[in-house]
Amino acid sequence: MNSSMINESSATTTLRDNAEVAEALGRSYTAGFVTEIEMTGLPPGLNEETVRQISAIKQEPAWMTEWRLEAYRHWLTMPKPDWAKLNIEPIDYQAISYYAAPKAGPKSLAEVDPALLETYEKLGIPLHERAALAGVAVDAVFDSVSVGTTFRKQLAEAGVLFCSMSEAIREYPEIVRQYLGSVVPTGDNFFAALNSAVFSDGSFVFIPKGVRCPMELSTYFRINAQNTGQFERTLIVAEEGSHVSYLEGCTAPKRDENQLHAAVVELVALEKAQIKYSTVQNWYPGDENGVGGIYNFVTKRGDCRGDDSKISWTQVETGSAITWKYPSVVLRGDRSVGEFYSVALTHHYQQADTGTKMIHLGKYTKSKIVAKGISAGRSSNSYRGLVKMEKGAEGARNYTQCDSLLIGKKCGAHTFPYMEVKNPTAIVEHEATTSKISDDQMFYCRSRGISEEDAVSMIVDGFCKQVFRELPMEFAVEAKKLLEVSLEGAVG
Amino acid sequence: MNMLKIENLHARVEGKEILKGLSLSVNAGEVHAIMGPNGAGKSTLGNVLSGRDGYEVTAGSVTYNGVDLLALEPEARAAAGVFLAFQYPVEIPGVNNTYFLRAAFNAQRKARGEKEFDSMQFLKLVREKLKVMQISDELLHRAVNEGFSGGEKKRNEIFQMAVLEPQLAILDETDSGLDIDALKHVADGVNALRSPDRAFLMITHYQRLLDYVVPDFVHVLADGRIVESGDKSLALKLEEHGYAGLGEGAAA
Repeated sequence: MNSSMINESSATTTLRDNAEVAEALGRSYTAGFVTEIEMTGLPPGLNEETVRQISAIKQEPAWMTEWRLEAYRHWLTMPKPDWAKLNIEPIDYQAISYYAAPKAGPKSLAEVDPALLETYEKLGIPLHERAALAGVAVDAVFDSVSVGTTFRKQLAEAGVLFCSMSEAIREYPEIVRQYLGSVVPTGDNFFAALNSAVFSDGSFVFIPKGVRCPMELSTYFRINAQNTGQFERTLIVAEEGSHVSYLEGCTAPKRDENQLHAAVVELVALEKAQIKYSTVQNWYPGDENGVGGIYNFVTKRGDCRGDDSKISWTQVETGSAITWKYPSVVLRGDRSVGEFYSVALTHHYQQADTGTKMIHLGKYTKSKIVAKGISAGRSSNSYRGLVKMEKGAEGARNYTQCDSLLIGKKCGAHTFPYMEVKNPTAIVEHEATTSKISDDQMFYCRSRGISEEDAVSMIVDGFCKQVFRELPMEFAVEAKKLLEVSLEGAVG
Repeated sequence: MNMLKIENLHARVEGKEILKGLSLSVNAGEVHAIMGPNGAGKSTLGNVLSGRDGYEVTAGSVTYNGVDLLALEPEARAAAGVFLAFQYPVEIPGVNNTYFLRAAFNAQRKARGEKEFDSMQFLKLVREKLKVMQISDELLHRAVNEGFSGGEKKRNEIFQMAVLEPQLAILDETDSGLDIDALKHVADGVNALRSPDRAFLMITHYQRLLDYVVPDFVHVLADGRIVESGDKSLALKLEEHGYAGLGEGAAA
């Protein structure tokens, strides 16, 4: 049996017909400040020389330079993707600077520029190990470079490698060479090819066989410089039987022009290994008129390469003017498990086209998708997901649940589930709901003394509960607060 | 001074006049039953008093403890001690019942300038109230009204009332859809909350609730006005003769 199904459902409904809703979708973006620091970088523009320069600045081996150039040449031949449900102003790739870094180059944590430490302090990410979040190691990436990684000594004792990608290319070239591009090939898609050519930094994690990583690992990405794109590259390799939980956070200053963020994240889980990857994405979303904000075009993919391995993506997406992102899992090993838990909130003129792909290759593989979309203002929020059961996916199962919550009458929510089933024993289940915060719910809360704003965040929080449960505890609290801030004034 | 004084209240819903000059006075410690046929305006009265959107007051006044009640937002009315037990309690998926109730409780305290309860203090209060209401604490761990049976929803309303301790409790057809055992449970809960400081407005279609919660006054609401008032015997009379023919000779 070979069946496939494409189904589109869209809905636009109303919470309240009053004018206040339309105008009151103001949000305060607290991470919108700019750090004054002396920078060095490349002038705007992109050609082979730019690629060579980036590679040279990073003192990369020749094979790496070649790898980048190959990706660049491939990129030149690729058409820009336009199939997602997004309105995108044409991007001038020659107007972007592909490398920006604080002038005083990367040093040890103790010598990091105080202005940078202060930046991360303000964002709630203290980099001093004494003040650091208990039990969380942080790699801080500022524009194109990593400015510091905490708890490296403790991690090294456990055999865990956690450092910036630039450093990994220099220090652990054999591991990088083996795995880089093995999950997301350089020519995978337009933005992945661009990233492969010009990526500047990102995090590298290697968990050796049998090791359970003793603490949460996290990377905090900060875009600061103007007219600069951030192209980070993250690689996480979990060897046989190892475990790791990793979290990334992202913010950027408020600016009127759009900035490009095109990341690639690759995860490799060998036999019985488990990787849990959580994202709290809060890039600057643009203002209430849709001016400015980050273009977030990201390729994230995990490969359950070994039997009985597991990769779990959890994401809370509240930022960016445009988000184009489908964290995926290739279920290669038998009985491997892929999960995707997502909350995507859009406001004002934000556009999000996000979802996942679960590619079942191995026998008795299982995947679970829980996607929650919240749309407010004039935003557009789409779930796009592919579940593919290949011929060998004997007894494979997928369960997908997509729920949309609409706030206001000018927003849209869309669901595009794609299914391709090539094995008759595979089971694919899909459930989708669209709801709005009803007048009845609002009145019920208010009649008990709860203000409109608190009622909205309470209802939204309840709607997201299934996903928040998957986040590490500190971040679940963070995510909840972030949604509250993002929904400020959502109901008049 | 009356706790609640409604004078010549006129209200419209979607352009249609439902309340047409309703007057009623309620004192602390009293239990008033509002009875009447379908479409008389019973639920409209409850919704107007608690401030639901879509109910337009065109004339008349409502004074509550000396304040113009109609000028207050619904949440301010709640903080001032007005509580509506819903005819159809609303489900809020994913929001824990205890969490919801504590948010409501603390929002009201905050609005009144009182200190908020921390989770330990609140849990202690909830435990006490559970005992009085004879409700299993299993209800507390579920999401607000989600998957509750009709009886559980109504008992949850009464439980919320017990925790929030309103001065004026409006019960909108709290007896509807309940079997006799559930009705008794709800009635026991209401009786336990009767006090000299608290007034009840019980909106009901049937007199059977009044067998278990004996009112001080019974009013008949027909065509948007109170057409007859009396004591409990009026309810029995209605049971016997029905609503037909009521209002003749009643003071306008």
